[in-house]
Amino acid sequence: MPNITYQGKAYSGLPDETVLDTMRRNGIEVPFSCRAGDCQTCMLLCKKGEITERSQNKLKPALKSLNYFLACQCQPEQDIEVSLPDDEDVYISARCVGKQQLSPTVWRFQLETAVPMFYHAGQFVNLKHKAGWVRSYSLASLPAEDEHLEIQVRRMPDGQMSHWLIDEFDVGMHIELEGPNGHCIYTDGQADKPILMVGTGTGLAPLVGILRDALHQGHSGPIHLYHGTRNPEEIYLHDELTEIDRQYENVHYHACVSGDNVAAGMQAGRASDIAMQDHPDLKAYRIFLCGLPAMVRGMRKNAFLAGAAMPNISADAFTK
Amino acid sequence: MSSLFEKIGGESAVDAAVDIFYRKVLSDDSISDFFDTTDMEAQHAKQKSFLTMAFGGPNHYTGADMRTAHAPLVAKGLNENHFNAVAGHLQSTLEELKVPADLIADVMAIAGSTKEDVLGL
Repeated sequence: MPNITYQGKAYSGLPDETVLDTMRRNGIEVPFSCRAGDCQTCMLLCKKGEITERSQNKLKPALKSLNYFLACQCQPEQDIEVSLPDDEDVYISARCVGKQQLSPTVWRFQLETAVPMFYHAGQFVNLKHKAGWVRSYSLASLPAEDEHLEIQVRRMPDGQMSHWLIDEFDVGMHIELEGPNGHCIYTDGQADKPILMVGTGTGLAPLVGILRDALHQGHSGPIHLYHGTRNPEEIYLHDELTEIDRQYENVHYHACVSGDNVAAGMQAGRASDIAMQDHPDLKAYRIFLCGLPAMVRGMRKNAFLAGAAMPNISADAFTK
Repeated sequence: MSSLFEKIGGESAVDAAVDIFYRKVLSDDSISDFFDTTDMEAQHAKQKSFLTMAFGGPNHYTGADMRTAHAPLVAKGLNENHFNAVAGHLQSTLEELKVPADLIADVMAIAGSTKEDVLGL
């Protein structure tokens, strides 16, 4: 019978056992509930080997392409190595190779890892400071086109990591990096479907990565990107995105400012409100949401109620 | 003799029903608080397991599981009115999907059988 390796130890399956059965029989506390492949509580990540099609066919495309599977539905046909989705991952060293201010509050950092990292645009990495602080940053880069990882950091009044990165961290310095994480990514297969993206603040970073990925993969359906900030100065990458909008007939970029001062070429109001007004029926849409938890949560609900299918909504909320 | 789950259309029926059902539940102010969580994706998956069970599909839920899972909601005031409202949304979802009346009756009987465990009675 195939072996299941978890945290460096191999466990042998019995005939007819699922991965969930084998692991639990060996005392590994994999959470589970329905054991019928619906509740997705027992989702694991396959790090090596091939899992069965059946163990993935109820997952959404992004999770499939990242090799997640349901332990209760998997009777492995070969040796596999697995981890729990939230297992502590390994940190590697990354070197800063670029630093650039994008707005009064946002800086772009380019990082190079010692070992090349396989990732999708829109995923995020964790950075660890020597003092032990860990913060998550989304990847704005596109592996197919960019040599280095790119993150965008906004100076947060209470955010010691953001102050340190912006004030101290510079080209040539190293930081500990773990990743990639998250499943807010572009998946192929629905190239003609409309896409709606809403991001607040540096929630723009992963969306820019996903937008570029979609274009790189030949997405032909309309792509509507709404970026929201409170003040016009906080809108960044405005010229670059305006240029993409001009260049690609199917890309529609909207800068939305919720405060009182609105600059030329920007719209007044919250990005999520304007997006919903422009797109009241989201039945066939794929949706990407990144930014403050309140926006992501409200918009996810509104998008679902406006007809978007749950598997077609991908979101990444900032965590503190 | 095919099972209720097969007659109703199996997994694709669950897939068709779950979004309609969860939208109804979320739009009903009398119960939406119980379902309106930060993790909508997980909640959606739970609704899917519930429908699979109610449709007579493969599941491993026991009464004790149902009791434990709903105990926090009961502590927050979940009562028979809420249960009936959810059942009503299930019924209208099935009607919307043009499921034959006799099959709807079977589904409602399964859903109804969970009442004591769900409400911790």
